[in-house]
Amino acid sequence: MRIENVVCAFCGSLCDDIEVTVEDGQIVKLAKACAIARSLFMNYRKNLAKPMVGGREVSLEVCIEETVSILAQARYPLIYGLSSTTCEAQRKAIELAELVGGSIDSTSSVCHGPTTLALQVVGEVTCTLGEIKNRADLVVFWGCNPADSHSAHMARYSVSARGYFTPNGRRDRTIVVVDVRHTPTARAADIFLQVKPNQDYECLSALRTILKGEKLDADEVGGLPIGALVELAERMKKCRFGILFFGMGLTMTKGKYLNTSAALSLVRDLNRFTKFTAMPMRGHFNVAGSDATLTWQTGYPYAVNFSRGYPQYNPGEFSAVDILARREADAALILASDPMASLPYHASHYLEEIPTIVIDPKRSMTTKVAKVVIPTAMAGISAEGTAYRMDNIPIRLRKVVDSPYPSDKEVLDKIIEGVKQCSG
Amino acid sequence: MKQGLALQLGKDSPEYTDEVSMVEMNKENMEQMGLQDGGQVQLRTEHGEVTVRCRSSTALPQGVLFMPYGPPANTLIGPDTGSTGMPDSKGIEVELVSRTKSQ
Repeated sequence: MRIENVVCAFCGSLCDDIEVTVEDGQIVKLAKACAIARSLFMNYRKNLAKPMVGGREVSLEVCIEETVSILAQARYPLIYGLSSTTCEAQRKAIELAELVGGSIDSTSSVCHGPTTLALQVVGEVTCTLGEIKNRADLVVFWGCNPADSHSAHMARYSVSARGYFTPNGRRDRTIVVVDVRHTPTARAADIFLQVKPNQDYECLSALRTILKGEKLDADEVGGLPIGALVELAERMKKCRFGILFFGMGLTMTKGKYLNTSAALSLVRDLNRFTKFTAMPMRGHFNVAGSDATLTWQTGYPYAVNFSRGYPQYNPGEFSAVDILARREADAALILASDPMASLPYHASHYLEEIPTIVIDPKRSMTTKVAKVVIPTAMAGISAEGTAYRMDNIPIRLRKVVDSPYPSDKEVLDKIIEGVKQCSG
Repeated sequence: MKQGLALQLGKDSPEYTDEVSMVEMNKENMEQMGLQDGGQVQLRTEHGEVTVRCRSSTALPQGVLFMPYGPPANTLIGPDTGSTGMPDSKGIEVELVSRTKSQ
């Protein structure tokens, strides 16, 4: 059976035109998939997790009983992850965090959390990926490398895509890459500007100064000659529709939210001259959805705490890295994430010292140290649900094959029911 | 890209371990240190140290290293987030010591 328009649940591009052929309940063939999507779908049965408690394989029911017992006894549990599951499961994770009075944080805090902090201050002039495909004639990638991380993005939306006002695709666009290294994306660009590490803020501020008509008393800023910055500023002013995509090159370097504030301010300033927009390159397929669901449910996008019975928001206090590094949590529930691989060693390894529960379809570095492992159906392959694309467009994930395990949402429903029974 | 592909095979797969246990270095820097592709280097920060393979790159300027995100890189990254939730994960100073000249 061939299933058309399947959504790939890997990166924030959420490509929704994959063709999947299923025979005897297994995926046997793919079409219109990038290399990573192909690997995701064709290897979905590899490395699957099994229900475990204390290193021994048990039934799913025993896993859920143990989870309920851990969470009901915990004084300060942390719920972390969320970005690689559906909005429906995220909603349940938030309900559970409120019920147990813990903190809840998504991988957004170590991804585009600094972007969220910046847009709370500056705001964001943005658009959809469809508008970029149809209108953008100047595309700037700053500190991001979609050729490796979002491999279909450039063909579908931002570089070679043919749109209503861009009928000639690549020939109708100028591509600029600003990065510390000459990435594969830079190889596809018309202009590459190699910025020095940790000096993006200076370069963005210099561009804003030039836009304001001021002269800079310097030969170069952040490794970029003033002439190159003036030329870029002019190009930005004169384009018909510009887009600045930015990534971890701004959020993970010194300055963090000040870098992203400078980027969003630059784009805001450019709208005095032309239509210019900004968009963070969101990584995990539903990290944008975790921001949306948390905001919808609590009023805050990440790093939310329920210990007082109502939601409080404070990155640095209620964000996962800080809670773990300060050794504050006395239990952790990890949902569709692998903090042992992705958080700093001195934060993640605290998970080995507290009862950690992992809900995930696959084995990971974190399932190796977890007290409880609850396998689930993989979102977008064995479970349907909602995910938000990087431009905040909700897209319905489809189920193409069955799984012996329930979805993340169904597992969280059972845990919530158990915790409610425990607390009377 | 290789990291994304290896991820689907599992984080205990040799493909993933191989890809994240690597540091890319400027080609001239490697020649100056007498290093060849595949040579072992020790990287050290105030937070930890790790030994990985080095790979030459023409994409990097002198004095800049690139490591894919993963457990070895996270050994070098500190947990202080400066009250933002985000640790300094890029643009950090690293001391590099050659462990072998070549393989």
